[in-house]
Amino acid sequence: MSELEGQGALPLPAEGPPVVPAAAVPPRRQRGGPVLSALLPGLPQVLAGRWGAGGTALGVWAGLLWTAAEGWERVVRSPWAGTDDRVALATLVVGLLGAWLWSMEDVRRPVDVTFVGIGQWALAARAFSRNRLAVAGAMAILAFYLVALLTPFLAPYDPAAQGDLITERLVGPLAAHPLGTDHFARDVLSRLLYGARVSLSIGFIAVGISVTIGTLLGAVSGFLGGAWDSVVMRFVDMVISFPRLVLLITIIALFEPSIFLIITVLGLTQWPGTTRIVRGEVLSLREREFIQAARAMGFSRGRIVLRHLVPNTLAPVIVAATLGIGNTIVLEAGLSFLGLGVQPPTASWGTMVADGRNHLIDAWWVATFPGLAIVLTVLSFNLVGDGLRDALDPRLRT
Amino acid sequence: MTTYLLRRLLGAIPLVLGIATIVFFVVNLAPGDPTQLLIAPGMRPEVVEQMRANFGLDQPVHIRYLKWLGALVQGDFGYSFSHSRPVASVIASVLPNTLLLSAAALGVAFLVGILLGIVQAVRQYSLLDSALSVVALFFYSMPSFWLALMLILVFALYARNYWDWPIWFPASGPSSVDYDFLSLTGKVRDRAYHMALPVASLSLVLAAGIARYMRGSMLEVVRQDYVRTARAKGLSEGAVVFKHALRNALIPVITLLGLYLPVLFSGTVFIETVFAWPGMGKTIVDAIGTRDYPLVMAVSFIFAAMVVVGNLVADVLYAVVDPRIRYE
Repeated sequence: MSELEGQGALPLPAEGPPVVPAAAVPPRRQRGGPVLSALLPGLPQVLAGRWGAGGTALGVWAGLLWTAAEGWERVVRSPWAGTDDRVALATLVVGLLGAWLWSMEDVRRPVDVTFVGIGQWALAARAFSRNRLAVAGAMAILAFYLVALLTPFLAPYDPAAQGDLITERLVGPLAAHPLGTDHFARDVLSRLLYGARVSLSIGFIAVGISVTIGTLLGAVSGFLGGAWDSVVMRFVDMVISFPRLVLLITIIALFEPSIFLIITVLGLTQWPGTTRIVRGEVLSLREREFIQAARAMGFSRGRIVLRHLVPNTLAPVIVAATLGIGNTIVLEAGLSFLGLGVQPPTASWGTMVADGRNHLIDAWWVATFPGLAIVLTVLSFNLVGDGLRDALDPRLRT
Repeated sequence: MTTYLLRRLLGAIPLVLGIATIVFFVVNLAPGDPTQLLIAPGMRPEVVEQMRANFGLDQPVHIRYLKWLGALVQGDFGYSFSHSRPVASVIASVLPNTLLLSAAALGVAFLVGILLGIVQAVRQYSLLDSALSVVALFFYSMPSFWLALMLILVFALYARNYWDWPIWFPASGPSSVDYDFLSLTGKVRDRAYHMALPVASLSLVLAAGIARYMRGSMLEVVRQDYVRTARAKGLSEGAVVFKHALRNALIPVITLLGLYLPVLFSGTVFIETVFAWPGMGKTIVDAIGTRDYPLVMAVSFIFAAMVVVGNLVADVLYAVVDPRIRYE
């Protein structure tokens, strides 16, 4: 450094660092000020044409206010009744605060042109936000998770409570029961809402487990190579050869089915796909200069894998994980449908479809609505996954 | 080519043996024991011990593994507890049903998927393209068992009982009660009617995925120079699409054959259960209910082995169709 200073001629232009042309970073348009934002967070952003972010904030704000108004009696009556109610109340508060604070912060930020180059994640985020279908999918997923968390305030009935078996059994969709009742005279809508929590959380946790295992194993295999790599990859070949459902029902049926077993087994059978993807990426990455540099600097192998290789393989892993959540939700529903998943009386979309199977001709609604819920959820995840794939792959970016 | 084939075949052997090993240890290291279902409350311990010995369950796991593997290599899958006959004969009676169903579904799925993909690619960015994309993604996101129930609801139950449609399909079973008394054409007709709904529910989900893939593959090919040349020399659009573009666009679709086999077989488990179709999928679900270990092991092994073979076929097909693939 001192040597350079001695020469006094750093190769910098006199006018300072090169400026990114303003066209590359469009200025953030803004309409309406903090007052509008304080009343209806998100509206200024929507008016400015940023309907993805603004619409999400506005939707969360309006939806949560409506929920609070609708479920107010229940909130007041038993605010700390059980874990479910506490989680729901916390979601309500955090969601409202979050939407409000985000919008205020966003509105107050000065509207000016950014003169800094932006990173690959910001580029991807911008590409993603241009994909209307994907943004709609992301908003739908957020809505599903909020609804699942707020279920105690939203569900009209107790999901396990049986109505009058003579007058209320298999009643079609009407005002009292918007989605009808099942063969135990339970409210289908309430069960659907409570079932959402099972399906959504199982998908999320199982994929979390499988992505963690898959990424680490794939990165280590690709980086180390040799015998370890061959053994792991041959094992991956074998596991991938099983129709996954066959492997799952074989394992689950031999133990006592429980929600923890299902999450574990779903998580432990999905990693081979991720491992393959990550290993392939690592094989090409490990020959790159930055890894050679990291080795030359004497970094430990663990550090190279965790800090240098894994972050660079994340893009395809994120895509695979998003698509994997949808896939896992379908599988969980399938296991529950076969009676090997979530056990009654816990409501889950798969068991609800199975319940409806025996009453198809006299009560079509029992099997139809939970199935539709599965389709819409998985569709949202697939839309987001497709959008992420397009956004994260620079070759597909326009 | 012959050496390539031979090498791939030899490479598949350790894979199949490894699969057999996984199957065995998954099933045998789990708690529970098939004799538990057969034990009556008043039985004496000696009788139970005798029963365990009869099934060979008194030996340590590694001995049982070696014995099982040795028998498996000779084609002996053991004895089914629940069916009280050799596993091989149980499988011989159900495997053809599953193969019939899967082959039909695979054929329909590829036909529909490829056609839809072509239409979408040729009319890229049109209303039809977007509409088909959304519909395809909708089906792609659908659990096959639910689709099956909805098809039964509409095309079997309501079409027959409420709407009086001129055509409706049977909701379950591989054939009618009077199947044996039908003429040959009647038999074929009866089978086709019974297969319509299961095949539809299996193949629609697959076709949606194939259409998505085919569209992308076709779009890539349409941009190539030789397609432009074909257009420039004045060929009709049909000749350009079907003779020049389609042939090359089909090559990557072959890989889907290998990729979708596990999905297809997972689907048959549901579809056979829903439609009471006496195939491998229904057999394994029933066998799990009765803790029939040898049958469970055999069925899951055969499913996985079929996937291995399917992948092998797909790879070889790929090498045959695309001369650019090197097989050293």
